[in-house]
Parts: sequence; C-alpha cells; structure tokens
Amino acid sequence: MAVVGQVLRSEWTKIRSVRSTVWTLGIAAVVTVVVGVLICTLVRNDFTSMPAERQLAFDATNISFAGMGLGQLAMVVFGVLVVSNEYSTGMIRTSLAAVPQRGTFLFSKLLVATALVFAVGLATSFVTFFAGQAALGEHRTYLGDPGVLRAVVGGALYMTMIALFSMAVAAMLRGPMLSLGILMPFFFLISGILGNVSATRKVARYLPDQAGSKIMQVVAPLNDPAPYGPWGGFAIMAAWTAAALLGGFALLRRRDA
Amino acid sequence: MIEAVGLTKRYGPKTAVHNLSFQVRPGTVTGFLGPNGSGKSTTMRMILGLDAPTSGRATIGGRPFRDVPNAPRQVGALLDAKAVHGGRSARSHLLSLAQLSGIPARRVDEVLGVVGLQDVAQRRSKGFSLGMGQRLGIAAALLGDPQVLLFDEPVNGLDPEGILWVRNLMKQLAAEGRTVFVSSHLMSEMALTAEHLIVIGRGQLLADMSVKDFISANSADFARVRTPDGEPEQREKLTAAIGEAGGQAAPEPDGALRVTGLPLPRISDLAHAAEVRLWELSPHQASLEEAYMRMTQGAVDYRSTIDQRAGLQQAPAGYAPQGAAPQGYAPQGAVPQGYAVPPGVPGQLPPNPYGQPGPYAQAPGAAPVPGAPLPPQGQGHPYGAPGPYGAPHPYGQQPQPAAPVPPAAPPVAAPADLPMPHHEDAR
Repeated sequence: MAVVGQVLRSEWTKIRSVRSTVWTLGIAAVVTVVVGVLICTLVRNDFTSMPAERQLAFDATNISFAGMGLGQLAMVVFGVLVVSNEYSTGMIRTSLAAVPQRGTFLFSKLLVATALVFAVGLATSFVTFFAGQAALGEHRTYLGDPGVLRAVVGGALYMTMIALFSMAVAAMLRGPMLSLGILMPFFFLISGILGNVSATRKVARYLPDQAGSKIMQVVAPLNDPAPYGPWGGFAIMAAWTAAALLGGFALLRRRDA
Repeated sequence: MIEAVGLTKRYGPKTAVHNLSFQVRPGTVTGFLGPNGSGKSTTMRMILGLDAPTSGRATIGGRPFRDVPNAPRQVGALLDAKAVHGGRSARSHLLSLAQLSGIPARRVDEVLGVVGLQDVAQRRSKGFSLGMGQRLGIAAALLGDPQVLLFDEPVNGLDPEGILWVRNLMKQLAAEGRTVFVSSHLMSEMALTAEHLIVIGRGQLLADMSVKDFISANSADFARVRTPDGEPEQREKLTAAIGEAGGQAAPEPDGALRVTGLPLPRISDLAHAAEVRLWELSPHQASLEEAYMRMTQGAVDYRSTIDQRAGLQQAPAGYAPQGAAPQGYAPQGAVPQGYAVPPGVPGQLPPNPYGQPGPYAQAPGAAPVPGAPLPPQGQGHPYGAPGPYGAPHPYGQQPQPAAPVPPAAPPVAAPADLPMPHHEDAR
C-alpha cells in the first residue's frame, strides 16, 4: 500500500502549504483557551453566590472547557475546508487522476487531517485545563483526580471527532458554502436550542455534539439523567461520524468527479 | 494508445457524448476539436476514469484508466488550469501532486524549469495570469514523465510566444513516441500543432482523419472574380460561361463571384471569349477555420442571433421599402427550390447528405441584417439567413435567380469519405 503513504505525504503538504489551515486551527485553540479562562475567572468570582446544590454539582474540569462551544466552530471550518477545497478548486480531478483508488484517497486524506486536529486538540485541551484551573483558584481540581485525565483527553477526542464529522459531511456535500451553511447553524444554534427545550431534550441528547461533550464531564450536571456515560456518549458521536464517513465514501465512489 | 469504443455519456435527458469511437496513437499529436459544449472535456474525463460512461468504454493501453498500474507515471493530464488552490504556491502545488504520485521532489523543480515558472515557484498561484496558470497545469501533466498525455485547451490564455511554446512542446513530446491528445476549439491552432484530427460536435464523431487529408479535402482553392459594377449582364454571361466549362460560380455579397473548379488562366480565357471585362481575378484559399465551422455548424450549441435592437427603437415609417433591395439581388419571392428551409428547422447534424440544405440555408423568420432594408416577411432575404456567429454569412447568400447553382451539383473535389456537409451544396 505504497499509495497510502503517498497520499499521506501529499495531504500533509497540502495542509501545511495554505494559510487557512494555520488560521482555523489557531483560532480553534485560542478561542477555546481564552473563553475557557474567561468563564473560569467569572465563575470563581461568583462561586459563593451560587446556590448550594450547584456548588455541589460544580464540575471544575468541565467549566474549563466552556470555550469549546465556540472553538469547535473553527474546527468545523477546518474540517470542511480540508475536504471541500478539493472540490471548490477542482483539484479533486487531478487528485483522483493520480490516485484512482478513491476510498484510499479519501481515508488517507482524512487520516492526515484528523491526526493533525488531534495533536492540536490535545495541546489545546491540556492548556485549557491548566489555564482554567489556575483561574479557578481554590475551586480547582487536579489531573490526578478521578475522571479528570479522561475528561481532558476527551476534550481532544471531542474536537477531533467534530472535525472528522465535518470532513465527512463536506465529502458528501462537496461545496464549502453548503457544508458550512448546514454545519455551523447546526452546532451553534439548533443543537443548543433543541437541548434547552424540554420537549426535544430527549432527542437532542443523541445529537453528535451533545452526546460527545459528555466525555468532558467529570461530575454529572443537575437534572441530567443521561442514559449513557462519558464513553457511551462518545460512542454515539463516533457512530454519527462513521455514518457520515460511509455516506461520503459511497458518494465519492459512485459519482463523477 | 488511447481508445474509445462506443463511448456514451448521458446526464439525464441530455446526451453529452454519443457513441464515440476513436483511437489516439502514439508518436503523433492528435487534435481533439469541437465547439464549446460538444463533449470534449466529458470525453477526457471519461478517459481518465473520473466520469463513468453511461455505456461503452475508454481505455489507455488496453486497460480502463482505473486499472492502469502506476497511473500517474503512465498518464499525465491537464484538465483545467484553474484547478489549483490559489493560496498555495506553484511549487507546493506541484510538490503535493508529485508526492501523491510517488514522484521525487527533485522532479518538481525540473518541470518548473521546463515550463519557465522557476522564478515564481514560491508565489501563490492566486496571482498568476491565465497563461502562467496554463504553464502550471502543463507542468503538473509532465510531472510523471508519462507516455500518454491529455491536454484540455492548453493554449487558452497564452500569449503568442506561449502558444508557440506549447505547440513545440506537444510536437516534441509526440516525437519522443508519446501519445499526445490535445483538445481545442481553434482549428487554426490544431492545423499547426496536430498531425491527426478527431472532430466532434454535440458529442458525436464528425471526422477522424489526418490533418493533411483534412486540409486537402477542405481548403479547396477558389478564385474571386469581379465583373464591372452596374453591368449585371456581364456577370451573368460569365457565370454561364463558367458553368458550361464545368466550374461553379457563386455570387459573393459584394457582387463578386466565387469560382471553384477552374484554374485562374482558364477563367481569364473564358471571360475573354465571352467578352466580359474583369475588374478582379484573384486566387484565394478557403481557410481550415471555415471548413471546420462548416463541419460543426449544425452542432454548435450556443449560437448568437443578430442584435436587432428592436426593443430599443420603433421602426420608422417607410423604412422597409417593398422589394427595394439593392443591386437587384433580392429574388423577388422566387426562392430557388431546395434553398428555403422553413423557419424553426433545427440545424441538422452532419453527416449531411449532399444536396440537403445545410443550416446556412435556414431562413429563421426574417432576421434583418443591419444596414440592409427590411425585406417583406416571408420572403427570402437578399443576404440570406444569418450565419451561426451572428454576422451575415457570405455562404448564406441566395444566388441570383438568373443563375442558380444547382444545390445538388457535386462539388469539385468533393471527398467521398467526408462525413460532413460540403459548403458548395449546403449553401
């Protein structure tokens, strides 16, 4: 499978030779960290005025990932761009003429981007955690506490899965505008709205971002009898991603480039 | 060698390529000609395994592209020069393609030199001119030093020096024994570059022959003969004499005659014998471009109509004098039989049997020629139907009633194997 190695190297060159990659990944990291620290600082100042039950259910780890909701949007953009750049520029024809094995091409491409996102996500996640804990002061938690390390690594996994899901959706839809037009409102608005309306909350729980974000929690929030644990939630997110990947692969293999 | 057998591609109800069969042999440049939208790019994409044919097959070296081992080292293609990420430098673009094909990075700098982009290699391709983009695309095609090369419109946007360069590059690649398949919509360019021509229109094969054959078949010489203005009887006399001598005389818009089938001295002798003075007797050659346009005229998807500007102005009263066409050209209601095609008949697809009226003979309603008096509706216009390119076409002119050229007359030097309407009869 020399072809896999060739695609991996080529994709790495492609990713690193455009500015949008650096920008989107950089924004994802910075936004996640800055917003996380900001929220942690606010929470620390307000901690004493919180109701006792909320103080009891206080999740110091999760609160430091408060910036993830915004940071993930940049990850979505990154994921969409990696795939749809091929289509919007027409490079896909040149690429597929060089690598007629379309499945190999698609999955090798996604592997490179996913690995990069995971590396950036892992760094972001740890920086966010430590910065957030520092901002929390006496309410902080430690990496050695039960479930905390899982949640921090989970933050990286969550970011990775969001990006991969976006790549898969872009592989199905091809165009960057259409892909972003669907994914951005979905993650930014629709998921949140559905999750906050009691009638739809039970359904919204199974949406990829809501299920996946469970992995970043150490203490279960109030009034949240989620029927799955952290890994269960992540598995739901992975299932969504796998379905989107299958769809993207099937379409790429079938349709004309 | 590239081979297409019964290649067909349908997009819903629209057939882009229909039953196309041809071979592209190594060692020559093969030109792939057709008007815009005739299916050239679709065919190339099918050859490259990018689009799946509805039926038929395209093979390279006997295998479908997807089964060609080490395809990027065997086949190089320029499909679309704009298909690059504008934010990526020329070198990075080529490097990613080289890596994709397992080609060493050293080769990237080589091809950058070959196409003359070494000085702008680090610049982002966003700022490239059309010609630089074409060079970058050609560099990508050359990366794998392939035996089979496909170029889709490689000279688009190139300056004359660039065109010359591409022309020589194609020839050189072919001389090295490679298979070179170049699409273009410019006949004149292909006549200089290619040795073999494959012409398609509306997705169907119109011609598959060597350029030499195409030239000898299509660039028949003709003589332009002009008799004194204002003496139509002289013209008629000469026309008759030429007809008797076995030549064909066709009137041109400016009153001259276009004579085929007779050498110039013979025409002069005939005129002398008939006591006709000549104002002009000059040799001409029908251009290949003309021949190509005749061949594809029925297969042009996008043709312009004359801008009548009727929506902008009201016709002044008395503007269209009945039958007052200049110089007695208008065949007053007497449209020669066989010339008048009812309006609305679509352009016929070649192969067109000789003698059938070609699309030029169409009289679509009454599209007036600017500058000429409007003819009465339904009457044959003195200047004929507008040509497919919007201008009143000389071929579309109706002959004088006095000396109609028989539409079914066999054209001089008509190649029997030419599957196309010859203008002599299609007129």
